[in-house]
Amino acid sequence: MAEPLNILTKEMRENANLADINEYIKHGGYQALEKALKSMTSEALIDEIKNSGIKGRGGAGFSTGMKWSLCGDRMPRYLCTNGDESEPGSFKDRLLLEGNPHRVIEGMIITCFAMGINLGYIYIRGEFFQIIEQMESAFNQAREKGFLGKDILGTGFDLDLYAHPGAGAYICGEETGLIESLEGNRPYPRLKPPFFPAAIGLWGQPTIVNNVETMAQVTIIVGMGAEAYKQIGSEEDTTGPRLFGLCGHVKNPGAYEFDSTITLKELIYDVAGGIRDDNKIKGVIPGGISAPILTPEEINTPMGFGALGKLGSMGGTGGIIVMDEKTSMIDTLLNASSFARHESCGQCTPCREGVPWMNDIIRRIKHGDGREEDIDLLLDICKQIHGHTVCVFGQAPGVWPVRTMLIKYWPEFRACIEQKKQVVLPVEESYLKPHQYEHIPPVPGNFRMVTEEADAAG
Amino acid sequence: MSVEFSPEAQERAKEILNRYPAEHKKAAVVPLLHLAQKEWGYVSSDAMVCVAGLIGCSPVKVAEIATFYPMFRKEPAGKHRVIVCHTLPCALAGCGDIYQYLSQKLGIGLGETTADKNITLEKSECLAACDKGPLLLVNETLYTHLTNEKVDEILDSLDG
Repeated sequence: MAEPLNILTKEMRENANLADINEYIKHGGYQALEKALKSMTSEALIDEIKNSGIKGRGGAGFSTGMKWSLCGDRMPRYLCTNGDESEPGSFKDRLLLEGNPHRVIEGMIITCFAMGINLGYIYIRGEFFQIIEQMESAFNQAREKGFLGKDILGTGFDLDLYAHPGAGAYICGEETGLIESLEGNRPYPRLKPPFFPAAIGLWGQPTIVNNVETMAQVTIIVGMGAEAYKQIGSEEDTTGPRLFGLCGHVKNPGAYEFDSTITLKELIYDVAGGIRDDNKIKGVIPGGISAPILTPEEINTPMGFGALGKLGSMGGTGGIIVMDEKTSMIDTLLNASSFARHESCGQCTPCREGVPWMNDIIRRIKHGDGREEDIDLLLDICKQIHGHTVCVFGQAPGVWPVRTMLIKYWPEFRACIEQKKQVVLPVEESYLKPHQYEHIPPVPGNFRMVTEEADAAG
Repeated sequence: MSVEFSPEAQERAKEILNRYPAEHKKAAVVPLLHLAQKEWGYVSSDAMVCVAGLIGCSPVKVAEIATFYPMFRKEPAGKHRVIVCHTLPCALAGCGDIYQYLSQKLGIGLGETTADKNITLEKSECLAACDKGPLLLVNETLYTHLTNEKVDEILDSLDG
């Protein structure tokens, strides 16, 4: 099994009060900043991030170095750090913001220096009251120490950073929704392509939007050097340490630091202590609620973005939701679908109308009023939404959980409709076997049944 | 009837407005709405007019924002807002039972306020502490690993 890592979480384990800048400095904090500002050029820093092979930790797994190098030449540019953490099952950013805010700030300052940015924000979800307060005081401490403000460390580089609160909307975690929200508009995402925030972002200017954990990783990359950093994990997949959050029916829920070669099975059984009451496993959502669910036969997979992508799922935020044999799949799907219904921003008709419609159908199946045609109807609505909306919300939490659960746990949904009541089948009978459905790449969650096999199973 | 921020809140509002470039003051609308909610317990039409005055935009622009976000209440709430997270990880951890217990104990349903105007019961989507569910957000404080006993203690600790 892969060894546990102690890079992102090291100081947090050793010291409870890293929000105090003096403690953070005592533990080696702001040395990476000094190294970056005093001994590296902005080109060298961008190259360093590119060479490190890091993929952004916000969920899409997009190369951070690539994102930076796509930034338009126009000035001013801005930084928006994405701390809207709202993907159900994810709690790593809360952990980093609570436990080690200065490491995130240090990464933000390095990023701004590399990109020639003089004003940046960290967008933190509104429910994180104490975290926002702590972040504001951390910015003030950094200002007093001369890490923010005018002429930072005597290099002539000026920078201001502020915390900006959200107010309870998941859509603000989508990068263009975040920008609209920060500008003071309704957070309706913008159409992309052709223009990404790196070209046209905050107030129309080139903008870097990076996740909180990505910012903490930037500090680590600059501190240890890209060469050392890319030895961690796998270069083909994802380099660097990752934070995996386990929740649901595991014995020891929590956040664990490993590289992405660790398998999901190891994380569940060896790291998180296995399933409560030693029950059997029924399904695992491997990267936040949008990530297509895996059946018990699919959990022996490495946790890399690429490896999970091959299974038709995704690495997402690394938030792992584990469900045991007593879990009802119709309940699970109804919960996921109600979340999507509540969070759809309402900009695009297919998502605004389709997601609640699917939610109503799933609810009637649960309450014993399911109709013969309901599974086909749901799959058809999925098709009407998928790819027909401005942003990926319609498909990510909207369509993927519905389509994947319906197909993989088809026997249980069929049983609910046929028996006109909520049914929890014995786990072995509740899901289709991997040869009975197929994934159509490249989109996650795009499954269809292999017909003859499914008929045989039915 | 127009309303105005207290002198302390006005100071804070100035500080918030200074975080954004002079030509983009509208960016302060969400932070200022939070300030208004803290000041008056909810965001009234008058509060929206007040915020619009600070930003220098039309009140309808502020209303457009205030009505979008679930965190802003458009009518008065009880003295304490008790919010149960009900998204999947908390559901697997048993938040349904916690909600039922709270609802029965307080004698109110979703979105309702107790007769003494002390507590409003609400639900929210994922609060991002999924390893510690079930979760309760009481005003600005997050409570984790809830049991019925813990709920009793929390309710007892809230002043009337």
